[in-house]
Amino acid sequence: MANFNIYMCGVGGQGIGVLSEVMIQACLAAGHPVKGVDTHGLAQRGGIVSSHLRLGANVHTPRVTAGEADLVIALERLEAFRALVNVARTGGTVVFYDTEFQPIHVRMGKAEYPSLAELEQAAKKRQLRLERVSADALPDPRMQNTAVLGRLAGLNVIPGVTGAHLEQALTQVIKPAQLEANLAVFNAQAQPTAAGESN
Amino acid sequence: MSNFAEMIIKPQPWTGLMMGNHALVRAMLESGVRVATTYPGSPTPEIADALMAIPAEVRPLYFEYSTNEKVALEVAFGASINGHLSTVFFKSVGLNVALDSAMQLSMMETIGGMVVVLGDDPGANSSQNEQDNRHIARMSYLPMFEPGTPDEAYRMFKAAAALSQRINMPVFLRLTTHVCHAREVIQFGTVPTDEPNWLPAYDPANGPYWPITQSIYPLKRRAFAKLAAVAKEVETSPLNEILAPNGSEPVNGKRLGVITSGIPAFAMLECLDQIDAGVDVLKLGITYPLPERRLLDFINAHDEVLIVEELDRVLEGEIKALAFDHKVTAAIRMRTETEQLMRELTPDRLWDLLSQTWPDAFPARAARPAAEEDVAPRLPQMCPGCGHRSAFHAIRDLLADEFPNAITVADIGCHSLGAMEPYEMGTVLMCMGHSNGTGAGLAINNDTRPVISFIGDSTFYHAGLPAIINASLHNHNLTLVVLENYTTAMTGHQPTAGNGEMGDKILIPAVLEALGVKFVRSVDAYRQDELKQHLREAIAHPGFAVVIAKHPCMLKFLRDKQRRLANKKEADVGANK
Ligand SMILES: Cc1ncc(C[n+]2csc(CCOP(=O)(O)OP(=O)(O)O)c2C)c(N)n1
Repeated sequence: MANFNIYMCGVGGQGIGVLSEVMIQACLAAGHPVKGVDTHGLAQRGGIVSSHLRLGANVHTPRVTAGEADLVIALERLEAFRALVNVARTGGTVVFYDTEFQPIHVRMGKAEYPSLAELEQAAKKRQLRLERVSADALPDPRMQNTAVLGRLAGLNVIPGVTGAHLEQALTQVIKPAQLEANLAVFNAQAQPTAAGESN
Repeated sequence: MSNFAEMIIKPQPWTGLMMGNHALVRAMLESGVRVATTYPGSPTPEIADALMAIPAEVRPLYFEYSTNEKVALEVAFGASINGHLSTVFFKSVGLNVALDSAMQLSMMETIGGMVVVLGDDPGANSSQNEQDNRHIARMSYLPMFEPGTPDEAYRMFKAAAALSQRINMPVFLRLTTHVCHAREVIQFGTVPTDEPNWLPAYDPANGPYWPITQSIYPLKRRAFAKLAAVAKEVETSPLNEILAPNGSEPVNGKRLGVITSGIPAFAMLECLDQIDAGVDVLKLGITYPLPERRLLDFINAHDEVLIVEELDRVLEGEIKALAFDHKVTAAIRMRTETEQLMRELTPDRLWDLLSQTWPDAFPARAARPAAEEDVAPRLPQMCPGCGHRSAFHAIRDLLADEFPNAITVADIGCHSLGAMEPYEMGTVLMCMGHSNGTGAGLAINNDTRPVISFIGDSTFYHAGLPAIINASLHNHNLTLVVLENYTTAMTGHQPTAGNGEMGDKILIPAVLEALGVKFVRSVDAYRQDELKQHLREAIAHPGFAVVIAKHPCMLKFLRDKQRRLANKKEADVGANK
């Protein structure tokens, strides 16, 4: 297999850590050699948080080079836009949860928050597949990452990683007390006809 | 006990996915480390997190968060001269704080062994500079190991500990941010289960431990002798290895070689995967002292050798000098531009260096065109509910209305973010604890512009006290605002001397009073009007004044609450089974 690069991002506090843990465990279970690296450091909420995951026997360093992500997973629209423009490779896939965390520059009127149409246009220009996830009535906004994982389970974009691998990894990572609710969100998105739309 | 804790202390060998920082803790346990100390700072706090995850009853070593890096290093040193294998870990700039003690280490017989773990931060991911601590190995005459992956960090810690125990000399293990935080599958070995021997073995006869004036020379001589012995050993060390097959086909009639270390060595492999031409790679795992014979043999087997290093010209200078002394005919190539001395050496940046050096082997690539789209920036911010934020809000308003020409001095911590919009409070920043000293300098013979310095509570104890004593003694006319949030917030909520998590609280007002500070006020940072009034009076006070603006870190507060609720829920689920 050629190397496969996954870049995950969102806003501090959105649960990128859990997302990246589930992803790396699923990829390991699928038999891939993995290398990854997460941002750690600034504790505050509100900054950009990212996680890199690279699969393949010929991967030597853990970070995804700009313009070389085969798959971008974003938990917020502006961060999806940023990664789409800077990190995704032409022809790759971007899966994102469509929620809005406005940064201060937007709130002060010094910058624009991107519209969905802008994302679509930027994706088209780069021949990217753009998958928008949005679920009404999540039991907890912290399950947006689980919804995105559910959608991934139905997409089969990562070579060799099936929905079952993702579900198994989710079961391993999520605390027992929250597992049932998370699995429900995961499964609702995993069905091709589920509540979320795709673009 | 958590699953993680069970695995990390499990005596039998196992294989699993691990972050570099966590793998180090396994290496500590396998090596038999008895004392570990730190002061938090990225990229190293997760080492402490992993140690703290092991319940104290089963943790086979003593661990503490020390007041600052210097104290942490001294505690580890004291343990080592008492016969216990010790380790101290902190971030790049932490070594500046610890340096006064670190400079004596090579003269000391550290009979228990001691590993000094540095978290350098090329790319300034979470630091105020990019300092390259490889210089300090040279300056302090101590060997240095440089892993490039979590697996190497694990293996090299063990090798460093073993070497240190063998030569009774501390050894540096220099990590960089993306070694600390990278994750990969690692094969772990066995943790010895023998009872720790806490017998205090200190004996001045092992030293002398008393370097002063003329007595330093025998000690310094001994340090050089130890280094010379290590230099011999590293000639054959498997940690210095040829990564790509030596003796590759020449490119355009030239035999090309690269000498490198750390993460750049792996970036080199990424670049080599993309070409057919052969380039030999000598990777140094031990970068001080250098294996001179080995380097010369490698260089002499090639027509051109490029030195691939990150940040300062450390290897470049030393290898060039070596080549000069030995009248090497191969061309030693190196970086040519200042920009190349900054930031991380990622595979794409390395490719550019390679193609600049050897365009035939590494064809130049067009630069990635900048995106046409405008993407709004997202800067880190103080959290909703943060007390610092409330304090800055009030202080900004007060200064704008009544003291528009005031000078505000920032310190390091979450509150450094006060310098950004919309507050723009604290516009001079250097390092932890500088604010009060810098503020005093700004206040000298200055009757027209009030000076306000900020400092966090962890920093107050870490490096704040000497400048407070100074300002109190000389009655410098400035106002210090202590932003007390009862935690070391920025680096991930480590305990402070004042929050009671490590021992009896050492309270800031009591400390200030004991230091002779005449004007001390304390107020919840949410009470903005009161805070303003205190500040107004503090500024009017002729001389040194301190206002403590306190409010618990809300991020920590909410996380602790969530954790308590989750634990309760878990317990309830368990009870219902
Ligand atoms: C010498 C040194 N050690 C460690 C650090 C890492 N560091 C950055 S901010 C900070 C602590 C800040 O804690 P505090 O002073 O309580 O301020 P808070 O973040 O809680 O507002 C630390 C330890 C550093 N920058 N310099």
